[in-house]
Amino acid sequence: MTTNQLSIEAGSVHYKARSLRRFMLLLAMAGALFLSFAIDLATGPANYPLSDVIATLLDPSSATDQLRVVIWDIRMPVALMALTVGAALSTAGAQMQTILANPLASPFTLGISAAAGFGAALALVLGVALLPAFVEFIIPLNAFIMAMGTALIIHFFSRMRGVTVETIVLLGIALVFTFNALLALLQYLASEQALAAVVFWTMGSLVKATWTKVAVTAIAVVVAIPLFARQAWALTALRLGDSKAESFGVNVQGLRLRTMLIVSLLAAIPVSFVGTIGFIGLVGPHIARMLVGEDQRFFLPASILCGALILSATSVLSKLLIPGAILPIGVITALVGVPFFFSLIFASRRKSW
Amino acid sequence: MVTLRLENIGTRYGKVQVVSDVTTPTIQPGTVTAVIGPNAAGKSSLFRRVAGLAKGDGIVDLGSHRKERNTICYMPQDTGSTAVLSVYESIILAAKQGSSLRVRADELARIDDILAALRIGDLAARNLGELSGGQRQLVAIAQTLVRDPKILLMDEPTSALDLHRQMEVLSFMRDVAKGQNIIVLIAIHDLNHALQYCDQAMAIRNGKMVAFGPCSDVIDSDLLRDVYQVDGHVELNSLGHPHIVLRGPSDETNSRHNTATARKTLTEVAQAAQ
Repeated sequence: MTTNQLSIEAGSVHYKARSLRRFMLLLAMAGALFLSFAIDLATGPANYPLSDVIATLLDPSSATDQLRVVIWDIRMPVALMALTVGAALSTAGAQMQTILANPLASPFTLGISAAAGFGAALALVLGVALLPAFVEFIIPLNAFIMAMGTALIIHFFSRMRGVTVETIVLLGIALVFTFNALLALLQYLASEQALAAVVFWTMGSLVKATWTKVAVTAIAVVVAIPLFARQAWALTALRLGDSKAESFGVNVQGLRLRTMLIVSLLAAIPVSFVGTIGFIGLVGPHIARMLVGEDQRFFLPASILCGALILSATSVLSKLLIPGAILPIGVITALVGVPFFFSLIFASRRKSW
Repeated sequence: MVTLRLENIGTRYGKVQVVSDVTTPTIQPGTVTAVIGPNAAGKSSLFRRVAGLAKGDGIVDLGSHRKERNTICYMPQDTGSTAVLSVYESIILAAKQGSSLRVRADELARIDDILAALRIGDLAARNLGELSGGQRQLVAIAQTLVRDPKILLMDEPTSALDLHRQMEVLSFMRDVAKGQNIIVLIAIHDLNHALQYCDQAMAIRNGKMVAFGPCSDVIDSDLLRDVYQVDGHVELNSLGHPHIVLRGPSDETNSRHNTATARKTLTEVAQAAQ
């Protein structure tokens, strides 16, 4: 009886200790994110001293016009765009992996990013508006509609009887190839100017960030987070399998559909602004899962922070690797991030899926 | 106080009618009912229909009790999971569905009690993926009990447990039913266990209820032959408990079945040759 009491006490004590540890990890990640954001603001092709950057941040009116424009109108939108895009893509990937019970799911691997890129290219090359009523938002709306359509195709396909995790991945690969082929066709038909714009999507770059784009992406993230947070228990329960989640009283089909719609919004908006940045949506959630497990109360904020941190750090790297030049961030995320991710997988002895 | 009565209950799986016209007398609280029948008889589908997880015909009558979220809890058969969650977290998950994100101290204390009662406190910090099939079943029972159900539908809860654990769990469920005055229905294949631990039995075959009553009335040589296609009878063992003595698969059914299959196959072969 004594042994039993000890082990039971250890159970609940262990849970509390684990929760506290996870909370501290989230705080540490938030701290690292703030640091990365600060470095992102302080670095750039124009080498301003750190003291000038800080002074401009604290009191813009005291700085020269040039410094103010560089810090507030160029670096700040780019640095914030890295945070919001990273957060959006990682959250989208985390919830896709959750609802499809698939470690390979992400906006990039399942073709949602490719579809959004194709939608944007339709606007850029042919001037086709999928929603003619809002021509001024033709690029993001086209990207969103294509992403949403693709997300729904994946959703309904995944509900068909006999469809397995592997067949969903195969469908995703087929969609990636299809949209890439269509994109190549548009590139073939495009004018020189339009072609340059389309190439921008395929590489992924933050340099064209504006305050408006930051605001739209931030709104998408800010709207999505409470919607997911409200369903935290239900989303976590999905990872125990449909029959178990259903038996807990979760409306599995409804939850999947609602989540997929929000995910397509989170995936489409960043792609429509900064092009396809493929790595974050897959890896951000996996790193978050390794750190805090899959209780969505920790997993959701960890995914947001991981995605934002990875892209923010990559944004810094893209400026530091070749002094004076800013490399496309989509290229850096893959080149630097993939080896980092593999080192994490091999270093971690715990099961992470 | 909750009671349970089923009236013309039916449900489909796709286009196939898997349960039809199940009507029971009123099942009283504090009782354990064994739901017996061969594989694919419709036991799980019946449970899912009663729990409201599958649509279908008929009425689930709870007497004067008003149905709430956790009034009827269904414990599905074990499927395993790749989730990176500890046993403790998975039980919190079951308890907290539909409620606030904060876990209170009294909720943790309740989980501690349930783990202690099932003697699985040592599993609390383990990851779900590390558990054996039997351990997963015990965790699933904890996940169901923590929801404080009034009617508990357990789908083969002992199928992966060793003999000692099977008896322990069934005895525990009988105590829970009596102690908390709830209704427990257990789909079970071991008829000796049904005879020993359950108050009454409901026999299902081809989606229809073929018998309902005290275990000793329902489980007899006719049921063994008609529902399970085995020859046997029930007798009292040296402890005075009813006990099944089996002779083997029912010869008549077996030979009839085999002849029919063989004849059909030969006909098909002949047709194919033409």
